Amino acid sequence: MPRRAVIKNHTLEALLFKRRALVAAIFSVLILLVLLARLVYLQFFEFSHFASLSENNRVRLSPLVPNRGLIYDRNGVVLAENRPSYQLELIPEQINDMQQTLSDLGEIVVLDDDVLKRFKRLLKRSRKFEGVPLRTKLSEEEVAKLAVNRHRFLGVEVKATLGRFYPLSKSMAHVVGYVGRIDENELKRVDEANYKGSTHIGKTGIERYYEDQLHGLVGYKNIFRSVQGRELRVLDKIPPVPGSNLWLTLDARLQKVAEKALQGFSGSVVVMKPHTGEILAMVSLPAFDPNLFVHGISHKDYSRLRDSPDRPLFNRSIMGQYPPGSTVKPFVGLGGLETRSIGYKEQINCTGHYLLPNEERKYRDWKKTGHGLVDLNISIEQSCDVYYYELAYRMGINRIHNFLHQFGFGEKTGVDLLGERSGLLPSREWKKKAKNKIWFPGETLITGIGQGYMLTTPLQLASATSILAMRGQVHPPHLLSQIEEAGNDEKTNIEWQEKESVKLKREVNWRHSIEGMVSVLHSIRGTARSSGYGLNFKMAGKTGTAQVFGIAQDAEYDEETIAKKLRDHALFVSFAPHIDPKIAVAVIAENGSHGSSVAAPIARKVVDEWLRTNEGRVDK
Amino acid sequence: MSGIQDKYYYPSFSLRLMRALHLDHVLLFGIGALLIVGLVVLYSAGDESAALINRQLTRIGLALVVMLIVAQIPSSTLRFWSPWMYIVGVVLLVLVLVMGDVGKGAQRWLDLGFVRFQPSEMMKLVTPMMIAWYFSDKPLPPSWKTLFFAAFLILIPTFLIARQPDLGTSLLVFAAGFFVLFLGGLSWRLMIGLGVLGASMLPVLWHFMHDYQRGRVMTLLDPQRDPLGAGYHIIQSQIAIGSGGVYGRGWLNGSQSHLNFLPEQSTDFIFAVFAEEFGLIGGIFLLVLYGFIIIRGLVIAVQGQDTYARLLGGSLSLTFFVYLFVNVGMVSGILPVVGVPLPLISYGGTSMVTLLAAFGMLMSINSHRKIWSK
Repeated sequence: MPRRAVIKNHTLEALLFKRRALVAAIFSVLILLVLLARLVYLQFFEFSHFASLSENNRVRLSPLVPNRGLIYDRNGVVLAENRPSYQLELIPEQINDMQQTLSDLGEIVVLDDDVLKRFKRLLKRSRKFEGVPLRTKLSEEEVAKLAVNRHRFLGVEVKATLGRFYPLSKSMAHVVGYVGRIDENELKRVDEANYKGSTHIGKTGIERYYEDQLHGLVGYKNIFRSVQGRELRVLDKIPPVPGSNLWLTLDARLQKVAEKALQGFSGSVVVMKPHTGEILAMVSLPAFDPNLFVHGISHKDYSRLRDSPDRPLFNRSIMGQYPPGSTVKPFVGLGGLETRSIGYKEQINCTGHYLLPNEERKYRDWKKTGHGLVDLNISIEQSCDVYYYELAYRMGINRIHNFLHQFGFGEKTGVDLLGERSGLLPSREWKKKAKNKIWFPGETLITGIGQGYMLTTPLQLASATSILAMRGQVHPPHLLSQIEEAGNDEKTNIEWQEKESVKLKREVNWRHSIEGMVSVLHSIRGTARSSGYGLNFKMAGKTGTAQVFGIAQDAEYDEETIAKKLRDHALFVSFAPHIDPKIAVAVIAENGSHGSSVAAPIARKVVDEWLRTNEGRVDK
Repeated sequence: MSGIQDKYYYPSFSLRLMRALHLDHVLLFGIGALLIVGLVVLYSAGDESAALINRQLTRIGLALVVMLIVAQIPSSTLRFWSPWMYIVGVVLLVLVLVMGDVGKGAQRWLDLGFVRFQPSEMMKLVTPMMIAWYFSDKPLPPSWKTLFFAAFLILIPTFLIARQPDLGTSLLVFAAGFFVLFLGGLSWRLMIGLGVLGASMLPVLWHFMHDYQRGRVMTLLDPQRDPLGAGYHIIQSQIAIGSGGVYGRGWLNGSQSHLNFLPEQSTDFIFAVFAEEFGLIGGIFLLVLYGFIIIRGLVIAVQGQDTYARLLGGSLSLTFFVYLFVNVGMVSGILPVVGVPLPLISYGGTSMVTLLAAFGMLMSINSHRKIWSK
C-alpha cells in the first residue's frame, strides 16, 4: 500500500493555513454581525417595549409595618410597650473623612473593635446615600451627648426604631411572654404578606397567643425610585392598621406581691377571681428577663437559661405537673358524700396506718400515732390520710375519677396561653391504655390522697378550687379582659363563656367540704391555723405535700438529711371569704417540704393584699 | 544619538521598546482599550465601589506581568513543553474530581496549600498547545489516524471538565482544540458529517445533562416559562440591553444595574450593564474592538514561523472570539446561560490571567519570528 508522503510541505501547509484563517475570519465577522443584529433588534426595534419594562422596575412596592399593640394589666399598668431604640447611622456620601469621623465618635460613644469591624463590612456593601448602622441600642446618655455634639458631625444620624420593651421585666415574663425575630417556620405559619417588613413575632405567652390581634395589618406604599434607588415620590399608599391593645385580667401589683412571697423557692402561684375566672396573678419562679430575647439573645445568655437546672424558661403555672397531694382531699371528701360512700358525721378510726384486706403492705398516715376518730371535717382540718384510704377504698377508682373529672382535673383548663399541660387523672382505662397494666387496689388508696399517678398543674388547682368555692359554678380561667382596636376608642369587653356547672344531688354537701377547709385555717388543730389569724372574715384552704421520691416501707422521712432537691413540694389551695368568695389562690413551692408552714403563708399574703384593695374589699 | 540621521530605518523609541519586550503594539492597543472600557463599566456595575476597582486593577497588573513573561518565551520552547504540560494538566483535572474544593455546586478548585488553583483554566491554553504540538511534525491536512488521536486528546480534558461540572470552560477547551483541527485542514466533508451526527445526537446529550442545564436550555427557548426563577436572569438582562436604546442611558445611569435587577452584573452579565448605559453605539464600538483584536490575532498567526506557531496562534485568537460570542449571546438571549465571562471586561482574576497569557503567546509568535528566520 503506498503510504502518504510523510515529508511536510511547508509552503503548501502555510497556504492551507492561510485559506483556513481567512474562512475563520469571515466566519467571525458573520457571527459579529449576528450579535450586532441582536443588539439592533433589542435596542432599536424593541426599545420602547424594554424601556417601559425598565420603568416598571423602578416602581417598588414597600411594606409599611404596623405598630404592635400594647399590653396592659387590669389597672392600665403597661406590661409590654414599644420603645424607641436608638441606632447610630453614618451616611457615607456626606462624610469626608471616615477614619477621622469614626475616631471622633469613639470619644463620645463606645465603639469596640467588633462594632467597627462590622461597620466596615457593611460599609462596603451599602449605597452611599443610605445610612449605615454603626451602633445599636444607644443609651440615653449617649444619645444626649451626640445631640450636643451634633454640629461637629455631618452625615451622622441617630435613628429611632421601635422595639418591644417589657417594663416589669421578670415579673411578667412567663405570662406576657416575649417577641423575637421571626424564623422560617413561623413565616410558614402566618400570612406571609401581612408580615412583609415585620421583623418580630410573639414567641411565648400572651404575645404568642394573641399574635394576630397584636400584630395589626401591614400597609403598603408604591414608590418611584431614582436610578440609585433613592425614593423620588410616593405613587400611592395604604397606611397600616396598628395592632390592638390588650387589657389583661392580671394585677401587676398583686403579681409582685405573690412573686415576693414565693421568693426563694422554685414554684408557682396562681390567683383567680372564682366568680369570673379572671386570673389576677400567675407567677412562675425562677423567671427570666424577656427583654433579653427581643433584640436577639446572646448565645451565652440563652444557654445559661436553657441549661439551668431550675428551668427558668419553663412556665410552671401551666406546664408544671405536680402530684396534688392532700389538696385533693376536699374534692375526694365531697365525692364521698355525694356518692353516699360515707356519711357527713361518720367516723373512721385512724391508727396511723391502713391495711387493705389480704395485703401486708402498710399504708401509712403522715402522723405516726394516728388521729383517732375522724369525721369529714376533721379529716380535712388535720389532713388525715387513713380516712381517705378508707374512703377511696369504698368509692373505688372509677367513681373517684368520674367525680374529680368534673372539676377539670386531667384536662386543660383552656386558658388563653399556649403550651398548657393537661395533668393526669388516672383511671382503670387510662392505665390499661397507657401502661397496658391492670389497676391495683393500692393505687386507688394513694389516689385518694393525691399521690401516685395523679398530676395537676398549678392553674388546674386554682381552677378546681374556684369551682369548689363557687359551689359548682364553672368560670374557666382566662387572661384577656378587654381589647382596644385601632381607630375605636371604646374598649371591647371579652365575654368568656361560663361552663356547665357541677351539680350535686345534695347542695348541702358543698358546705360540708368548705367548712372542713375553713377549719384548716381557723380551728385550733387546723394544719394551716397560723395563717388564719387576724382575719375579719373566714378563709378556706387545704395544705398539701407532694412526694418527690418514694420512701421505702417503714423508712423514716428525715428532712434534715435529705438533699434540698429531694424534699417534698409544699402545696396550698385556698379561697376567701368562704361565702361569696372573691379570690382563689393555688401555691406550689417546690421542695418547700410543708404546705402548712411554707405554702399557706404565701397564699395568706396574696389574700391580704387583694382584700385590702377596693376591688377585693369584703363588706362585713 | 547616532540613529537620528538614519531615522528612516529606525522606528520610534516606543516601538523599539515594544520590540525589545517582544510586545505587539497593535494588539496591545486593542487590549488596553478593552481593559479601560472594562474598568469604566465595572465602576458602574459595582455600585461605584473603589475597592472593587482596586482589586480588579491588581489582577490586571498581575495578568499583564504574566503576559510580558510569556511573550519572552519563544514558541519553540512552548512547543517543547506542550506535551508535558498537557500530561500535568490532565492529572490535575483528575485530582480535582477526586479531591477538589466545591464552590457554587461544582468542583473546580484544587487547594495546593499556598494557593487555590483551577486546572481547567490552564487547559484552555494547554489543549491547543498539545494538538498543535501533535500536528507540528505531521503532514497536513492530517491523516485519519492523526485526526482520530487528536480528537481523543481534545475529548479527555473536555469530559473531565464537564464532569466538574463546568460547562462553560469545557466548551471553551473543546473549541480551542477543535480550532487547531480546523486550521490544520480538517476536511469540510468530515466537518459537515460530524455536524449532522452531532445534531442527531442532541437528544442523547439532553439525556445526560444535569437538570439545571436542561432548565437553562428550556429557559432560552421560552424565558417567560419561569419569569422569577430560571428565566429571571435572561429577562432582566434583555430589559437592560433593550432599554439602553441607541444612545444608552449614560454612564452610572443604568437603572437595571443600579437597582440590582441584573444578576452577576460585575461578572458574566457585565455586557448588559455596558449596553444599558452606552446603548447600541457603545455596543457597535465594543464589537468592532473585539473584531479588531481577533483579526490582528489571525494575522499574527498567518505570519507565524512554523506549523506549531500558526496553529496555536490561530486557535487562541478564535477561542477569544468564542468567549465573546458565548457571553454576548447568553446575555442578549440567543444562547443558553453558560458561565463564560466577557473577555477582558468581566470582573475576576482567573480568566484575566488566562486571556493575557494567551495574548503573551501571540506576541511571542509575532516577535520571535524575526529572530528565527534567516
